[in-house]
Amino acid sequence: MAKAVVDVKDVTMRYNISSQKVDNLKEYFIKFVKKEIMYNEYTALDHVSFQLEKGDRLGILGLNGAGKSTLLKVIAGVQKPTEGSVSVAGRIVPLLELGAGFEKQYTGAENIYLYGTVLGYSREFIKEKYEEIIEFSELGDFINVPVKNYSSGMKSRLGFAIATVVEPDILILDEVLAVGDAKFKKKCEAKIQGMFDRGITVLFVSHSLQQVQRICNKGILLEKGRLIASGMIDEVAALYEEKTK
Amino acid sequence: MKKYFKNFMKYRHLLVELVKKDVKLKYRRSYLGILWTLLEPLLTMIVLSVVFGTLFGKDEPTWPVYILTGRLLYSFFSNSTKATMKSIRNHGAMIKKVYVPKYIYPLSSTCSSFVTFLISLIVLVAVSIVLKVHVTYYVFLAIIPLAILFVLTYGVGMILATMSVFFRDLEYLWSVGLMMIMYTSAIFYESDRLIKSGYDWILKYNPVYAIILNFRNAVYYGQGFDTYSLVYSTGFSLVTLVIGLLLFYRKQDKFILFI
Repeated sequence: MAKAVVDVKDVTMRYNISSQKVDNLKEYFIKFVKKEIMYNEYTALDHVSFQLEKGDRLGILGLNGAGKSTLLKVIAGVQKPTEGSVSVAGRIVPLLELGAGFEKQYTGAENIYLYGTVLGYSREFIKEKYEEIIEFSELGDFINVPVKNYSSGMKSRLGFAIATVVEPDILILDEVLAVGDAKFKKKCEAKIQGMFDRGITVLFVSHSLQQVQRICNKGILLEKGRLIASGMIDEVAALYEEKTK
Repeated sequence: MKKYFKNFMKYRHLLVELVKKDVKLKYRRSYLGILWTLLEPLLTMIVLSVVFGTLFGKDEPTWPVYILTGRLLYSFFSNSTKATMKSIRNHGAMIKKVYVPKYIYPLSSTCSSFVTFLISLIVLVAVSIVLKVHVTYYVFLAIIPLAILFVLTYGVGMILATMSVFFRDLEYLWSVGLMMIMYTSAIFYESDRLIKSGYDWILKYNPVYAIILNFRNAVYYGQGFDTYSLVYSTGFSLVTLVIGLLLFYRKQDKFILFI
């Protein structure tokens, strides 16, 4: 058996949701004095475990609020689980809400450096790949225009180009394939398909069952934070379909 | 420890980019650009010198330099802690999406304020030359109070950044706190006045004043450091830094639930 690339061990994620959001000192103080601070505990993920090997393409299925996005955040390292652990071997690149991290006042060119360093690349490396990024994003002269003047399609194109300039070992896709116009979408899909062929590991969340079945070979099904099925994508998809009926 | 260092080396490029971004964007839309970093302290110096010098009947020719030294250091402390306090919330979108060691954001805010502050020191050099301040070799020691000030500012900034994630109205409280610090740092009055009045403990326990005093000793009075102030401000700053780092480290995993 090959070594696990993503190893999710018994992950539990609990939130304290206070019935009213208290985010300032004044309210906190008043509520504290009146003994009104109450917390409702909410379990977003409940003892979820699974493993992925190199080249696995996992589809994560579940209704809204099942904990899919939370799971992706935990794997991406953005959120720390309340219990359990996640270990990831290799470079992980999340393609979530492309271009959300851009600085609006900055031009596209400046944002390439900023966003690239956020992803942990060095400046020299970005310089090397700079032309390639601009070419892929098809922005042309717009690269020297502040990002606040970009259309949402242009932003996603640039975001996609920066995020995928390096072949990641693990790719996280959260409904992002709906990027840009049909032509660019095809280009993105081709690029992602190319990565699949070279055997990268993928975590994919989508509500489109067909898309998931086309891309993935394995699947898990979440319901209210619990892992209720895992296995080959077709079996899991069938179960999901039954659930949604 | 080694792990942290390795992680820092990986993200040092990000730190540089963030500092550059802050400095660049600060003056991008303004006509005079980075010149404002020099003009602003110069203009406030003139106003304060007129009010607290001429109108109060003071005719010491180098009095503006006394004000400028205090004012420059205080405004770095004030601007930087305010910016650092907001740094986590301002980068919320990023923090929610990509993993980055979170202390990079407050660190970059403090660093970029420090860079603008260093640029603004040009004004001090110019004014000192014009008003013929007697400069001695002690001027090179000025780097020490500045280093202490940086540590203090970063420590305070980390505490504020952590707390303001959970309590947003801290901003208003802190501006009151800053006002208190400003009036108790002997920026535009002579510290002797307070010492004579019997309230000298105010100056004694104010680390910002201790740092300003030693900075003045080096660049304005041209003499060695006041030992008590040096030891006190160093100790205070290091303790603040440790508290700030610990607090931040212990609370950082909860940030994402609040931003």
